[in-house]
Amino acid sequence: MSDPVNLIAEWLKGLLASWGLSSGLVLFIMSLLGVVVVATFVLVMDVVLVWVERKVVARFQDRLGPNRLGPFGLIQPLADVIKLLIKEDITPEGADRVVYNIAPVLALATVLLLWAVIPFSPTLLGADLNVGVLFIVAAGAIGTLGIIMAGWASNNKYALLGAFRMVAQVVSYEVPMVIVLLIPVILARSMSINDIVNSQSIWNIVIAPVTALIFLITAIAELGRAPFDLNEAESEIVAGFHIEYTGMKFGLFYAGELLHALTMGALFSSFFLGGWRGPWAEQVPILGVFYLFLKAFLIYFVIMWVKYSLPRVRIDHMLDFNWKFLTPLALAVLMVTALMDKILGQPGTIVYTVGMLATNLAIIWITMSILRTTIRSEREKVGEVRPVATPGLTPGPGQAGAGRV
Amino acid sequence: MILQIIFLIVALITLASAVMVVVSSNLVHSALWLVAALFGVALIFGLLQAGFLAVVQVVVYIGAIAILIIFAIMLTRRIATDSGPRFNENWSWAAVIAIAIFVVLGWALLSWPGFNIQAQPLDPRTDPLTTLGMALVSPKGFVLPFELASVLLFAALIGAIFIAWERK
Amino acid sequence: MIPLTWYLIFAAALFSIGLYGVLARRNAIAILMGIELMLNAINVNLVAFWRYRTPEAIAGQVFAVIVFATAAAEVAVALALFISIYRRRDTIAADQIDLMKW
Repeated sequence: MSDPVNLIAEWLKGLLASWGLSSGLVLFIMSLLGVVVVATFVLVMDVVLVWVERKVVARFQDRLGPNRLGPFGLIQPLADVIKLLIKEDITPEGADRVVYNIAPVLALATVLLLWAVIPFSPTLLGADLNVGVLFIVAAGAIGTLGIIMAGWASNNKYALLGAFRMVAQVVSYEVPMVIVLLIPVILARSMSINDIVNSQSIWNIVIAPVTALIFLITAIAELGRAPFDLNEAESEIVAGFHIEYTGMKFGLFYAGELLHALTMGALFSSFFLGGWRGPWAEQVPILGVFYLFLKAFLIYFVIMWVKYSLPRVRIDHMLDFNWKFLTPLALAVLMVTALMDKILGQPGTIVYTVGMLATNLAIIWITMSILRTTIRSEREKVGEVRPVATPGLTPGPGQAGAGRV
Repeated sequence: MILQIIFLIVALITLASAVMVVVSSNLVHSALWLVAALFGVALIFGLLQAGFLAVVQVVVYIGAIAILIIFAIMLTRRIATDSGPRFNENWSWAAVIAIAIFVVLGWALLSWPGFNIQAQPLDPRTDPLTTLGMALVSPKGFVLPFELASVLLFAALIGAIFIAWERK
Repeated sequence: MIPLTWYLIFAAALFSIGLYGVLARRNAIAILMGIELMLNAINVNLVAFWRYRTPEAIAGQVFAVIVFATAAAEVAVALALFISIYRRRDTIAADQIDLMKW
């Protein structure tokens, strides 16, 4: 009983074959069933995410969060879904109807696509593509198309502006993400995510911590969450490219954003934290699913932690940070990792691990010292901080000892 | 049999999207139909068992080139919608030429039996992905065209930034 | 199974549609989209020949990869030119940019 999913699949296959269907048709029906099961599971997890998000943000902000509907507010997401469903569905005048309606569907669909290549357990996998890593980049690329479609079809200049900036941000942060994703590929000698997870007898975050950090930062920027959420923050551009969306269409965007965050958590776990690996995961495959989601929720918690602790970054600072810091750093890490991989020999040995870890710490130290000298020279260029005028420190003529500090 | 049906469906959708690209009156719709046509071509690459090229097609063409085209369309519109006729005055001659070229190519392709071959199964020992990677960087392979392509991209990058730079 | 001619006829049809787009449209960006269709038809042709004639010689796929890179470079420069032209002449209809005609 250690692998219930595969047992049920085998029984179903036998049942369909005994009904006299050809083997090709049986395979087709089983694949279709697999797609439906994965999509449903992930979308139900999405509803749980709404609850997790609201409870955790409340605790970060020193309050309780929803606690009226059901014990600990567990029925709250259901109430949210019902509210979104019964809201009036407004299409703005002059909007392009077909494009307006397809955009939220595309935004959610491209996130669901990513779950096809993530290995859930040693025996559960959607599709073992030998170009799995590039498939993830491709699905992200189609997502940006959904953003532009939403921004343009709304017939609203702020939506269009928000969409432009969002796409500029996403496309810019894709560059260091792709460069940095090459490093698990080098370490595992294969582009298939299944192979990457299988090769992590020692977790990649120990061998390549700088890579993991850069991937986390670019993933947060890809998601469009704080501190990179200039393009959809209410005080900046009033929800950006999805201003004009109401009801369930906005629900699709919102659900897609939360699900994308969990998907990035699952991808980070697969690339750097060993995916489904854990004690007894090979013998009892169903434990692999549990470990994967535990790690995914941990990274999701880290992403939320960053969101609710840091202030927003301005758009030009954001792009400067990407092009002038992250991309050169990513290239440097890639070159150094490739070089050290050739020098140090086979992955999995103690020499390899300690050598890579030492190299990464050296890179961090060098980067920090370069940053320190740059900041120091810039501070000297700007000059001393001028004291701000404070009223009442020096009483003017006619003010009898006012405001003595 | 199943593969033939899949090929026919994908090919028909791609050709229909391509026709909508050149016929559509709204330029942004044209660009979105182009995205559909490019996606269809990616599926054809998948049918030809060139998986790497299929994914690179989506990343490069849809993820970069199509988005660039859509940006350029939105940046070069007048206040009113796209004004003027969408075809120039030679459109009938263009149709004649296009149909003539298709007929000539089709006749040439169907008349030589050497084209009517089936696909041999790929060698299961070699992985096209690893072979492609090795070929792109090995001196006995194609490292020179690879480096020249990167110089070309670099030149295009500098050129495009310089041309589009707004000089005050 | 699928004979090679089907892929080649599909590529020829895509090429002709792209050719019609280049020759018949007024807007410069629509002409560029026709060029993209033609380049994709060429890529389909190259990869089909690689798969059916010489699957062991990887030169077919390398050729297609170089065509990808060239197409990307060309689109970037072309769009930069179009934006620059639009700033000067306020139009990108191909029959109105005729200052250098005799």
